Amino acid sequence: MSQNKSLFSRVDSVTLMLYIALVVVGLLAVFSVEYHAGEAIFMSSKNYTKQTQWLGISLFVGLIILFTDSKFFSSFAFLSYTLGLLLLIVTIFAGVDIKGSHSWLGIGSIRFQPGEVCKIFTSLALAKFLSSPDTNFMTLRHRLIGASIALVPALMIILQKETGLALVYFSFFLVMYREGLPNIILIVTSLLVVLALTSLLVDRTVLFIAITLLAAGGAYLIRRELKRNMTMRIVLIGTWGFCILFSQVLVPVMFKHILQKHQVERIYSTLGKEVPQEYMKDPQRDEKKGNVSDYNVMQSKIAIGSGGFWGKGFLNGTSTKNEFVPEQHTDFIFCAIGEQFGFFGSLILIGLYLMLMLRILYIAERQRSAFSRIYGYCVAAILFFHFAINISMTIGLAPVIGITLPFLSYGGSSLLSFSILMFILLRLDIDRQVMIR
Amino acid sequence: MSTAANPRQIVIRLIFISMAVVMLLRLFFLQIIESKYKVMANDIAIFRKVVYPPRGAILDRKMRPMLYNERVYDLMVTPSDVSKSMDTVAFCNALGIDVPAFIKLVNRATVKTGPRRKGVFIEQLSQEQSARFQENMYNFPGFEMAERFIRTYPKPIAALMLGYIGEVSPDMLKKERYASYQQGDYTGLNGLERSYEDVLRGQRGVHFLERDKFNRPRDPYKGGILDTPEIAGKNLELYLDAELQEYAEKLMQNKLGSVVAIDPQTGGILTMVSAPSYDPNLLKGAEKTRNYSKLYKDATHPLLNRATQATYQPGSTMKPMTGLIALDVGAITPSFGYPCRGGYYACSKRIGCTHTDAGHAANLRLALAHSCNSYFVHVFRMTVDSKKFGDVKKGVQKWHEYCSNFGFGHPTGVDIPFEGKGQLPDSNTYNKMYNGAWNSCTMLYVGMGQGEIALTPLQITNAMCIIANKGYYYTPHFVKKIGNNPKDDLLKPYLEKHVVLHIPDTTFNIIHQGMQDVVDHGTGTVAKLEGINICAKTGTVENKAVVNGEAMKMKDHSVFVAFAPRENPKIAIAVVVENAGFGASWAGPIASLIIEKYLRDSVSSKRKYLEEKMYGANLINRYTAEIDSAQRRRDEARRIRLTEQKKLNDSLAYDKKRLQAERFFRKYYFNNSKK
Repeated sequence: MSQNKSLFSRVDSVTLMLYIALVVVGLLAVFSVEYHAGEAIFMSSKNYTKQTQWLGISLFVGLIILFTDSKFFSSFAFLSYTLGLLLLIVTIFAGVDIKGSHSWLGIGSIRFQPGEVCKIFTSLALAKFLSSPDTNFMTLRHRLIGASIALVPALMIILQKETGLALVYFSFFLVMYREGLPNIILIVTSLLVVLALTSLLVDRTVLFIAITLLAAGGAYLIRRELKRNMTMRIVLIGTWGFCILFSQVLVPVMFKHILQKHQVERIYSTLGKEVPQEYMKDPQRDEKKGNVSDYNVMQSKIAIGSGGFWGKGFLNGTSTKNEFVPEQHTDFIFCAIGEQFGFFGSLILIGLYLMLMLRILYIAERQRSAFSRIYGYCVAAILFFHFAINISMTIGLAPVIGITLPFLSYGGSSLLSFSILMFILLRLDIDRQVMIR
Repeated sequence: MSTAANPRQIVIRLIFISMAVVMLLRLFFLQIIESKYKVMANDIAIFRKVVYPPRGAILDRKMRPMLYNERVYDLMVTPSDVSKSMDTVAFCNALGIDVPAFIKLVNRATVKTGPRRKGVFIEQLSQEQSARFQENMYNFPGFEMAERFIRTYPKPIAALMLGYIGEVSPDMLKKERYASYQQGDYTGLNGLERSYEDVLRGQRGVHFLERDKFNRPRDPYKGGILDTPEIAGKNLELYLDAELQEYAEKLMQNKLGSVVAIDPQTGGILTMVSAPSYDPNLLKGAEKTRNYSKLYKDATHPLLNRATQATYQPGSTMKPMTGLIALDVGAITPSFGYPCRGGYYACSKRIGCTHTDAGHAANLRLALAHSCNSYFVHVFRMTVDSKKFGDVKKGVQKWHEYCSNFGFGHPTGVDIPFEGKGQLPDSNTYNKMYNGAWNSCTMLYVGMGQGEIALTPLQITNAMCIIANKGYYYTPHFVKKIGNNPKDDLLKPYLEKHVVLHIPDTTFNIIHQGMQDVVDHGTGTVAKLEGINICAKTGTVENKAVVNGEAMKMKDHSVFVAFAPRENPKIAIAVVVENAGFGASWAGPIASLIIEKYLRDSVSSKRKYLEEKMYGANLINRYTAEIDSAQRRRDEARRIRLTEQKKLNDSLAYDKKRLQAERFFRKYYFNNSKK
């Protein structure tokens, strides 16, 4: 009994409070977009009722986790990861189709998304692998293994046509960066993103000339080095060649043949441009129909933009309450906050998220065992990716990717998996002085 | 492990913080700097719903409804809510339609209002349909009944007086009076519906509702604080007696003409008939346009309100007025007599008189009772030639002024629209006609109600009120109370007493006596009622019409005016039956039956034969169709002439402008360029 008491008193209260605050805000947000004046408040058919039930389940599971031995998570990390992969494979073949994605498993009336749960298993596995004394993350082989641990589930999820969720697994690179991935990867990746965006925005011939001029200018500046150093010459010509290849061939091929129609549309919609003829799958029909993705983002921007500084007040959101924003209770739940509570509310919400993420980083850094630290970074990275992409897409900063806003979006899988992620971290944090392997 | 030891954790923290900052900057721009989103949000989400209050009803003097809103039910459908497993056959049976019709109606509603909004399935369900549907309504999700009100006339009477409503036309919308109307709104187009539009209509409410993405209205916007409530239209209570009106219309069936009965003490119109009439229910609902054009084309002009728009020479009914004016001017005294021997010869032409015995016009009373033409022609001449006016032109002007005060020559101001003004000659009229060379002999016919004078039946009745009241009248009107308020601003003009004559009551008594003699033993004995002293005057009006290109003398108009009881007048009445013959033969009985019905509530069995005679008579002029078609041809020709004239004027104006422009051009441009 006394042990239990001390267990609870050692839970990090700041994190727990932030978690509770976000979950409550989420419930109110889901409630506000569904409730109409004069209706009975608790109706079993309503999403907010279901969400309340899911919250109960999540807290119950969280309690169980707190009572579990902390060594359990590291011991079963690989096993759970394997199970997760199996589940993903099963889903590829036996998944239920919901809104064009094939990523759901149905057992009776309960449905859940293995890809969502698999984030936990992957985090544990990655933490286990990186913290293992046998792992030397400075070697290329171990770096590749680490990357595959993160990317194999992503690949499977892509096969389930749920690209948005798959992208989340790329956030593990942030963890690997913390654990020693060279700086250059971060820089090259961001440069590539910039180059890709430029190649979409700027005419290809102009871009070709610009890259060549840049390379020539660079060559002129370091001409002495070039004369002496053979490697530099190869690096320069190689960089120039890769940039040309990337912008002139890879990006167009990807847009033409690999990405799907709605993905192309969403990316162009974010850039504020019409989809060019060459990337249209069926130019005549598409041109007539216009960019469908524009509608979602437009409605979302109208809802958030009309909030003003103080917002329209709770339950007074005309756009969200009357279903103008598609998917407003799941992916676009931020609209409900932006519309009803305005800039002020958004500021507080973003502040809450930032505090939670920084707190997790703080917790991670105070762990004695590398496993717990890496796991903490995994949680922070996943949270950050969801938070950044979700809110950015509602305000037109990022293309629309179907991922949820942690703790706020309606959806049992999402709430439960984020809660499990959090509670495992809290459990590990209780034993922060213990070495966990 | 201190933070300094690993700069990478700082990089990660910086990434987190900078992302949040970028988001906040973007949100600041979206929510605070950019204002278009607020406008767009209101545009898409707020639905302005105009709520029409029920229109006021019109009640008769005994509070019986004459025009009210009938509740009807439309069957509405929301196509997307109709369940696929619904028992279509049972549904069709309940409504009495077949399955193909059902599919057609659902499709029509889907196309018209969209699948997710309510659309009309069947308009105006019959009572049987709505009863059967209501029993089984729970079986048919997606269908519901919507209540609606339509204007209904419980009895097919007083069509032109009550009027009708219709949609405002685009032309009307341009006018200031209709500034508060929108396309598709209804407004009174005729009769009381038009005159009292503002009070009957009430005040529209505007409700702001939120709507969802399917354009379905939802909750009130901001809890309804911006809404303006609708205010129901006020009821009108009339002086009109529905029962009397129905009776009078029945008496006037198959005749052309009109009846106007007024309560002289208030000016309230008790009955106004324009025959032929039509069932006002024809001019509502879907058949309105077709029925209207049918009525419009009818040769008997049922859409013409003969009581206020048609004008007739008053004939002998003018004689009491001629006498009164002469008395007020001082041209005669009641004891003045004229030695008529069956004609008036003073103006070197003969004006016939039906009486030849000596002394039948020995004084005013006798002359009235015997309707002596010579007497009144002479009295009229004495009035206009009166020494105190100087000459006949000033005399006629004075006479014109009197007649104007009586309400002749201009609309009386009754509270239904499109009132005619009749014809009242003055000196200018005769100056024009005779180039200034005329005297009292030229126009003496006016004294006996023929010639250049023409009055509407309403004006004649109003004159009767003046005589009954011994010198004053109230402007005739229909409405007694507006929303139970007898002193509404709109009724102010009708509460004002107009005093037009200043002769002593004893003098009036002589006129009354003369008019009572008409009924007791004069030309109008047919109107005699036991126990009620009726004062009356018959009139038989000669008239001509153009038939097939030649002027033909038609059968005389039968005219009868009366008021009763003499001591305390409660009803003044004028009856005109076109081309019917003597005043006493048709108009007289009708007037007297209406008086009896009004004063005694029923007609005595002794006089039922009169009723039967009136019901059975068909007195419509057999030349009506010819006269009408000739008139329509003339109107058409006139219309064409006017349009051509307008075209010509337009082209002339255009030429003029062009010339002006050319001159301007030459002056300022051409000359300059030459230099």
